[in-house]
Order: sequence, then C-alpha cells, then structure tokens
Amino acid sequence: MRSFLIRRLLQTIPVLLGVSALTFLLMQLAPGDFVTLMGQNPGVNAATLEEMRHRFGLDQPWYWQYLLYLRNLMFHLDLGESLTRHQPVVVVLREALGNTLILASAAAVVTWGLAIPLGVWAAASRGGLTDRVVSLAAAFALAVPELLSGLFLLLLAAHTGWFPVGGMHSAGWDEMGALARAGDLARHLMLPAVVVGAVPLASRLRQMRASMLDVLGLEYVTAARARGVPEQRVLFRHALRNALNPMISMFGLTLGALVSGSFIAEVVFSWPGLGRVTVEALLAEDPYLVMGALLMSTVVLVAGNLTGDLLLRLADPRLRDA
Amino acid sequence: MPEGGRLAPGRAWGWNLWTRGAALVLALLYALAAGAPFFAPYSAESMDRERFYHPPQALHWRDAAGAFHLRPFVYAMRLADSSEWRYAADRAQPVPLEFWVRGERYAWLPGITSDRHLYGARDTRVYLLGADAFGRDLWSRLLHGARVSLGVGLAGLVISFSFGLALGGLAGYLGGWVDAAVMRLCELLLSLPGLYLVIALRTAFPPSMPSGRAYLMIVVILAVLGWAALARVIRGLVRAQRGLDYVLAAEALGADRARVLVRHILPNTLSFVMVAATVAIPGYILGEVFLSFLGVGVQEPAASWGNMLGQARSLRVLVSFPWLLAAPAGAIFTAVLAFNVLGDGLRDALDPRGRQGGKPR
Repeated sequence: MRSFLIRRLLQTIPVLLGVSALTFLLMQLAPGDFVTLMGQNPGVNAATLEEMRHRFGLDQPWYWQYLLYLRNLMFHLDLGESLTRHQPVVVVLREALGNTLILASAAAVVTWGLAIPLGVWAAASRGGLTDRVVSLAAAFALAVPELLSGLFLLLLAAHTGWFPVGGMHSAGWDEMGALARAGDLARHLMLPAVVVGAVPLASRLRQMRASMLDVLGLEYVTAARARGVPEQRVLFRHALRNALNPMISMFGLTLGALVSGSFIAEVVFSWPGLGRVTVEALLAEDPYLVMGALLMSTVVLVAGNLTGDLLLRLADPRLRDA
Repeated sequence: MPEGGRLAPGRAWGWNLWTRGAALVLALLYALAAGAPFFAPYSAESMDRERFYHPPQALHWRDAAGAFHLRPFVYAMRLADSSEWRYAADRAQPVPLEFWVRGERYAWLPGITSDRHLYGARDTRVYLLGADAFGRDLWSRLLHGARVSLGVGLAGLVISFSFGLALGGLAGYLGGWVDAAVMRLCELLLSLPGLYLVIALRTAFPPSMPSGRAYLMIVVILAVLGWAALARVIRGLVRAQRGLDYVLAAEALGADRARVLVRHILPNTLSFVMVAATVAIPGYILGEVFLSFLGVGVQEPAASWGNMLGQARSLRVLVSFPWLLAAPAGAIFTAVLAFNVLGDGLRDALDPRGRQGGKPR
C-alpha cells in the first residue's frame, strides 16, 4: 500500500511540473511583465519595484526565471501579486478556492445523494416505467449545457423570487446568527449546486444502474432470492454493497470534476469562487491571477484523482494487497 | 450489458429514427447557416433605432373576423411604454408576410450578389423571434451567428483531428521516445481543468480583436485542448494494428513507414474517428459560446450564438425580455442535442453490443 502511494505521488510530479511550465510560458507570452505593469500605478514606489524585480529574477535569463518561479512557488507558495486587487495572488485564490469547495461539496451531495438511490431504483425496475423515465431524464441532463441550465434557473429564480439571484450571502449576513447564516447559505447554494451537479449526477446514475444490473445478474443474488430473502434485503444488503465498489473510485474523480465543473455556475450565479475570480482576472487583464487559478485548480483536480485511486484500493481487498 | 439508458436506444444497429432525425436536423441547421443571408430577412448588424427590445411576433393565419388566410401575417406592434420598452400588438393592423422579397443586397460569393430574401414585409420590419437591445432581428442574427458558431465546430475539429491523427498515429506506430513524449504531453493536457485552461490560453491573445482574428483564436484554443484525447485513443488503436498480418505484409513488400501508417493503418481507425468527431463537435460549439458569452470571443456587432447569449446575462434583460435568452439557447440546445443523439447512434451502429457509456466526467 505504501509503495503504491509513493508511486502514485511520484506520478503527479510530471503533471505539476508541466502545468507550472505552461503557466510560466503563458506569462511570458502575455504582454509586459507585471513589475512594469505595477510601475504604471503611481502609488507603488521604485524601491518596491526593484525588490520585486529581484524577487522574481526579472533581470535574469528565462531558465533562471523559471527556476526562481518554481522555488517561490514550492517554498513560499508565492504566485506573484494580483495587479488589480493589490494583494498576493495566493491570498485572493485561497478565499476563492474555499468558496468553490463549498459549492463543489454541495454539488457532490446533489450528485451522490440522488445518483445512488435513483440508480438502484432504476435497476430494480429494469425495463419498467421508472427505469425509462429515470434513464431518459439522465440522457436529457447530459445533453443540456451548464451555461443554458444555469441561465434558465437564474430566470426562474428572478421570476418566482423563490431563490436568490446569485451571490453567496444576502444583505445583512453580518447580523445573522449561525443558524440563519446556514439557511441563507443553503438558499444561495441550491441553484448553482444543481447546475454543477446535474451532469455528473446523470452519468453516475447510469453507472450505478449498470453496476447494479451487473451484480443483480450474479449467482449469489439468485441464490439469495431462491432462499426467500425479501427483495428489499436482496437489493440493499446483498447487491448494493458490491455494486457500490466501482463507484468508489468515481468519488474522488467526481470531486475533482466538480471543482472544475463549478466554473460556469460560478460565472452565471456570481458565486465568488475560483472560476469567477479567473474570469474577472481575465477581463481586468490580471494574468498572474489567471495563471495562479489554473495552477490551483489543477492541484485540486490531481488531488481528487489521487484520492479516488486511494479509496478504491482501500475498498477493494483484491487491489489492497496487490 | 443491458440496453437502454441512451437517448437513442438502438436495437441491433443504431441507425434508427432518432439518429436519422438528428442527422436531418443538423443538415437543416447547416443549410440555414450556409444560406443565412437569404433565409434571414436582414443582415446581422442592421439596427432599428425605434424598436429596441421588440418582442417576438407570432404568425397568424386567422384574422380577427375569423377568416382564414393562406398567407400568414403578424400584427404590427406599437410602443406602449417607451421607458420600459413595452409593446402592444395592434389587432387592427395585420402585416402580411411577403416571400421572395427584395431587401438588403448581399454576396453569395465574391462577385455574385443578390437582394432576394426568403421572407419580409412591406414598409416595416418583422421580428419573428424578437429584437435585441439595438433593434436587431434575432432570427437574422441567429442565422448569421450559426455560420460562426457551427463553423467553429468544424474548423476546430479539422485542426485538432489532424493533430490527433498525426501525433497519435506516430506515437502508436513508432513507439519508443516519440510515443513517450506524445503520451506525456497528452496526459498533461488531459489532467488540466478545461475551462481554466481555456481562460489561461486566452490571456496569450490581445483582449479584443476583429471578428476574423477572434474566430481564428477560438479555433486555435479549442484545438490545443481537443487533440490530446483523440491522440491517446488513436495511439492505442494503431498499436493494436501494428503487429497484424496486413501491416507486416505491407512492410515486407517494402512500403515505407509513412505509407504504411497513412495508407494502411490510419484508414482502419476511420470508423472510430467518425464517431469521436461527432461526439466532439458540441464541445467546440460550447467553447465558442463560452468565450463569446464572457465577451472575450467573437465581439459585437458581429453575431455568434455565444455573444447573443451574453446579451441575456444582465438580470434586468433576462426578466423583461426573455426572448433574448430563448433564441440563442434554443439554437445551442438543438445543435448540441442533435450532435449527441447522432453520436450515440453512430456508436451503436459501429458497436452493436452497445456500451453503457456516459460522458466521462
């Protein structure tokens, strides 16, 4: 197990090096270096500029700059300064990532809370009305682009007034008690979480259904039924446990996918997460923030995939000892 | 594996009613895009400064007296509230549609011009899908925008598939360090979160540019993203073919390696490539929509489905003038759904055992 973990961790290194090289390259392509850009701000004095020029080695050749960039990144978590927010990029992104993780977690609840029961239900009534309705709904959900479902739900929220039309908190958040805050947050989360979760929900649901059908065809299930075990018990005690196994590795994968998938929902619902910050940074011409966001989201995605692999190992004894 | 669970529940083979319907819809969409200047009554940029946010006009065949007309007509609308841009239909003023009418002159090809349009109205403008903030006809913009949005799909596809086939084919056939290098690059691209990468790549270009250059930029960005997934699968297919008798025979007969790869091996991957292409196109279309929606893709006054959707971003517009959302959203949804159904159908046709595959997410 430990050797697997080490091997798997080592495998992430090329990806992380690759993405750092890519962000470095794109920053070189973007017009002007940021110290020069910062210099256009009269509020920044020359000594600070000189200090930053040195910190990022802008007076050195490019390969040296890249090494410095890597060193700053790894040892100081230094991604440079945001030009428009006058804060270190890391500080801006940390807060945004937190908000994205809140949204992604809510979407994960939507995805898994519905995919598993609906998948089991559809499989249990194979070929019946429930199965067809659920399968058709899943196919439909897969076909609707998030941008469209997001805008449609936004329109719905604006028309009915049942949901807030974006943002994360209502006015008066500061005066609310803990319970009121949780309720307020939940109301703001509802629609974006549905938008983020719909596509993963549909595809997990299909997998759950297929996995359940595979298991229901096995001999031990037939044996249990022949012994007169009640159908509910066959489904949930005997079949579900084994059917869940392939889904476990999907859990980590889905978590990573939800973080990158929340991008569009954040933009449409003004959720102050990583995606929205990235778009704002692009529009405000703040390339360092954009690159920082690419790096950070990649790390989250890689970590999600790693977790998925680990969970699968832990859950499946056949793999655990391999 | 159980069948069903797909929108196109193909039996033995997938070329069924759903698939044929989807192919028909797509043929229609591309025909409308190709003939946009004719099918649209106005150009994409033509404004009407007195009819901002004009609502859609329904077609009628039966007039107020109950008499039936073979020629459809719409009711003229007048501005009821100029501060809110509210309109009211004037039942006393039916406007019959004219077909094959003269209107703005346009060029089919350089040098071949015409001023005939499929439909129009005398002395006034008709807005079957409504008008936008500048009084531009949404139906006209939708058709002209389709040239951009559907065209981007094809252009991006051609480029990224050329790269995917070339690099994937080389990696699979040659093996060794070429294989290792190409595959590591693919893995890197595939492990990056897509939309963040799109935005990051976008920073390498100037913030705004003329629509022709913007078009090219979008194609480049999407191609950079798109080739890797294909290259990886092509490489696998090519590797599987490499030791087969027909390849060995061609090599033994002295065909050089480029010829073996291009003439013998790659054609055998064609059916897979066709399916992959159909499945990939919605991604390209949505890529353009996403960038233009954010205002960093195809820019006004040129029309694209993305920047039309971008007009519906503001909440006030969305609530008061929902047709600004409905028109582009309907077009995007139709195109994406049709490509999905067609892709599913083709996959079933090629692999009759049927795979229960959702989109990998």
